[in-house]
Amino acid sequence: MSARDLLDLIWIVPALPLLGAVVLLLFGKRIGEPFAGWIATGLVGLSFVASLVMFFAMLDLPSDVRVNVITLYTWLPAGALHVDMGFYADTLSVTWILLITGVGSLIHLYSIGYMHGDERFSRFFAYLNLFVFSMLMLVLGSSFLVTFLGWEGVGLCSYLLVSFWFERNAAAVAGKKAFVTNRVGDVGFLLAMFLIFASYGSLNYAAIPAGAHSISSGTATAIALLLLVAAIGKSAQIPLHLWLPDAMEGPTPVSALIHAATMVTAGIFLLCRAHVFLDLSADAGTVVAWVGGITALLAGTVAILQPDIKRVLAYSTVSQLGYMFLAIGIHAYTAAVFMVLCHAFYKGCLFLGAGSVIHGNHDVQDMRVMGRFRKFMPYTALSMVVAWLAIAGVPPLSGFFSKDEIISQAFLRDDYGLWVIGIVAAGFTAVYMTRLIWLTFYGNERYETVALEGTIIPIVSGGSGEVEDEHGAVATAPSDDDADSDPSPTVSYGDPVATPVGHAPHESPPIMTFPIMVLAVLAAVGGLMNLPFSSMEWLDKWLASSFRGVPEVHPDTFIGGLGLEMLTFAIALCGIGLAYTLYKKGLEHADRDPLNEKLGPVAAILGNAYYYDAGVSKLVGGPGRAIAGWLDRVVDNEIIDGAVNGVGSLVGLLSRGVQQMQDGRVRRYALGITIGAVAALLYVVIWLGR
Amino acid sequence: MSPTLASIHITATYPLTLAALLFTIGAVGLLTRRNVLVMFMCVELMLNAVNLTFVSFANQLNDIRGQVIVFFVLAVAAAEVAVGLGIIVAIFRRRRGATADDLDLLKDPVMDEAGQ
Amino acid sequence: MQAIIFFVFGALTLAGAFGVVLARNPVHSALSLVVTLVSVAVLFIQQDAHLLAAVQVVVYAGAIVVLFLFVIMLLGVDHPDTLQDPLKAQRLAAIVLGLVLAAEVLFLTGHQWATGAKATADNSIRGGPPGLGNNVERIARSLFTTFLWPFEITAALLVLAVIGAVVLARRSRNADESLTEDAR
Repeated sequence: MSARDLLDLIWIVPALPLLGAVVLLLFGKRIGEPFAGWIATGLVGLSFVASLVMFFAMLDLPSDVRVNVITLYTWLPAGALHVDMGFYADTLSVTWILLITGVGSLIHLYSIGYMHGDERFSRFFAYLNLFVFSMLMLVLGSSFLVTFLGWEGVGLCSYLLVSFWFERNAAAVAGKKAFVTNRVGDVGFLLAMFLIFASYGSLNYAAIPAGAHSISSGTATAIALLLLVAAIGKSAQIPLHLWLPDAMEGPTPVSALIHAATMVTAGIFLLCRAHVFLDLSADAGTVVAWVGGITALLAGTVAILQPDIKRVLAYSTVSQLGYMFLAIGIHAYTAAVFMVLCHAFYKGCLFLGAGSVIHGNHDVQDMRVMGRFRKFMPYTALSMVVAWLAIAGVPPLSGFFSKDEIISQAFLRDDYGLWVIGIVAAGFTAVYMTRLIWLTFYGNERYETVALEGTIIPIVSGGSGEVEDEHGAVATAPSDDDADSDPSPTVSYGDPVATPVGHAPHESPPIMTFPIMVLAVLAAVGGLMNLPFSSMEWLDKWLASSFRGVPEVHPDTFIGGLGLEMLTFAIALCGIGLAYTLYKKGLEHADRDPLNEKLGPVAAILGNAYYYDAGVSKLVGGPGRAIAGWLDRVVDNEIIDGAVNGVGSLVGLLSRGVQQMQDGRVRRYALGITIGAVAALLYVVIWLGR
Repeated sequence: MSPTLASIHITATYPLTLAALLFTIGAVGLLTRRNVLVMFMCVELMLNAVNLTFVSFANQLNDIRGQVIVFFVLAVAAAEVAVGLGIIVAIFRRRRGATADDLDLLKDPVMDEAGQ
Repeated sequence: MQAIIFFVFGALTLAGAFGVVLARNPVHSALSLVVTLVSVAVLFIQQDAHLLAAVQVVVYAGAIVVLFLFVIMLLGVDHPDTLQDPLKAQRLAAIVLGLVLAAEVLFLTGHQWATGAKATADNSIRGGPPGLGNNVERIARSLFTTFLWPFEITAALLVLAVIGAVVLARRSRNADESLTEDAR
């Protein structure tokens, strides 16, 4: 079987998780735990094997023709628009399917342990499989429309999975928020597709010639910016980033898979796929890069003050995605893809690890009541430490090579403003990640008792005991009403300190720690994919066939390049050091964060994410709702309904008029006859007169 | 007996004009009167106008066949009157003072009474 | 002389016609109708339609109008119509239509468009080959040769009309039966 024949079977890759989704949706309840989980995991695992086969098959092809397009059937034969259900396999999509199925199967495995005991166990895995299917369709689609199919599919699955525990109001709201915000971005996608169709008469990727100047720079800019709008929605960049922190209401495997490793990278993928437009456009790239840069910086400033372990990671994801956008904006596409891969490893590891921490800590996510957990969950802690070093950019772990590559590229392409932003954001990254690790795994133990500022005596946790202080005053534990009924209460900045669990946490079962450790290993060695030595830039070479015509920029000298990266590392070390100094002893009083103190009045602004959420709510809820209400009342009810009903009334009116003619009175009929006769005669007279 | 009036030569146009006016009067009468018998009489007026027209043309063209047609018209008119009056008697024998307006069985049953 | 006859009897015709239409009492309408019919008969004579004039007087004025008067007396429909027409705009429409119709027909009469179809000598009213006879003979000849078929059918029609009239006017077995609903 030749390589091409193997690649023609690429439809198997999305078909397997689709099969899983269908089977589990139909028979999930009957299959039950844990078999449903194993089915789902197995299918995704098989999909990963198939993806590996595709990878090796593609390696077999000579490097300049690494593209294989297959068509399954005609999907939309709509006149001039002819869309097939087809798959476009090139190095870019093969890279992505490896990522999706590989990380996906690890997370599926992890979920079997994490979701143990949940009453909707099978449905969770059905949704996960459906998500993997949609994401695979997104990256494998042969035209923008098939990609859009997957795009919408992952949006749907995001909604389903974020609001999986929908009994909790916050989860349901977060799901809706994610979906609606995505939809705003989708408008950009649709408009871009209209423009593309207008320019090329087709939506197929094969129809878009690489690098050719077939459309004007203005059109290319428009298309690129519209696709950017779509990517901003999907990848949670400013101004559509607000859904991602709230999406942490979903189960942690969901956060790991969707909101760290795969779905949020769909925006990056789209922009890579459509890089031609960015290359042809004069200014779109700048916009993309600055959107990414500003997002990276601002998200980092917010992350440093969050008390919830998952929220820190959420803002961190937003920030890291900003780096990827920055890379794309400066046309360093392979650097962006490199970071996608490495980020999936270390962020996936961090999220799964956080899930393990939460799982072992009886679903309490507030870092202020953690501390010294490495004693109780060594494997989780070790993995997360590795991931922390990776994300902070410590060589020789993957983050150093991937993130710092982007920052260096900014410098090498003379984008000094972006370079400075990149370095500063890297500093913030180091700070908040170090803070997270230290508050969780080091410092003082706070899981049994916490000291709150303003009280003299430590408070007994658990809610049942009351302790009298020496003055006879009774203090009760701060109660969180939601804690009993809600599976995972997320904590926002400014919320009161959560009730400590009361006893030591425990390590997670191997089914959960195994994937975490695998990802940690990948995070450690992932950098080998693309080392900055010309013979070891394997990823660059592999992806070159997908980015034909894009110039690569390399440092003039090796030492110069190394120096740049070392500079970034130095800043990262400063960040680590700062956080270490502040948090090395943990928290003395649970509600007094030392960083909070240092920042003083600025802290509230940063902690509340610049009040962006509140601002948007006010805008949409106030004027937005007023406009919508006006549209409903006036345009819909009066104008449109009026016109439609008016047609009905008009017909009724006319028919009533005509009805008068048939009143049964013969004299009226005689009149009618006479009118007809006179008219006929008139015709004859006129004809004669001519 | 003015010499001017008497010396007008009567061409075919004159009786034709007369017939036209006669027909019009008959038509207006048919539409205006409500008494069925008077309506019938107006119909007879119209038929007479037609007869006059035929005779004028027969005279003008010197063709006897125009007169033969009138013969048939007369015969059929007589038959028509007989049958028509029979119908009128059959309908109106019960109802005193009934007019053509009361023959409204062909009315659309859906129509409300307010519609005249 | 011809002109005088025409104008006098033409005026009478129109007067009678107006009388039919405008008279309130149906009996007066019937009498006006007689005036019209006789005047038309005179005009027939003036135009060499002697037989037709005779038939007109005998059949039309003599039989038909008499029939009308019989029915008027029988049904007692001798009270006048009300002045106001219950149908809206009927009167106005009728008058307007009448004017338009008159205008049209008068326009048509003014045009010479009787082309072709020249009569053959055998079918002439005046003149023609000798031995054609007077008006009655000429009509008879045409009626029993060219128009024999229509003649016979018309005869059958008359018989049918007689039968129909008898059937219609017969009182049915159910004395109260009537062809219209009693709306009153």
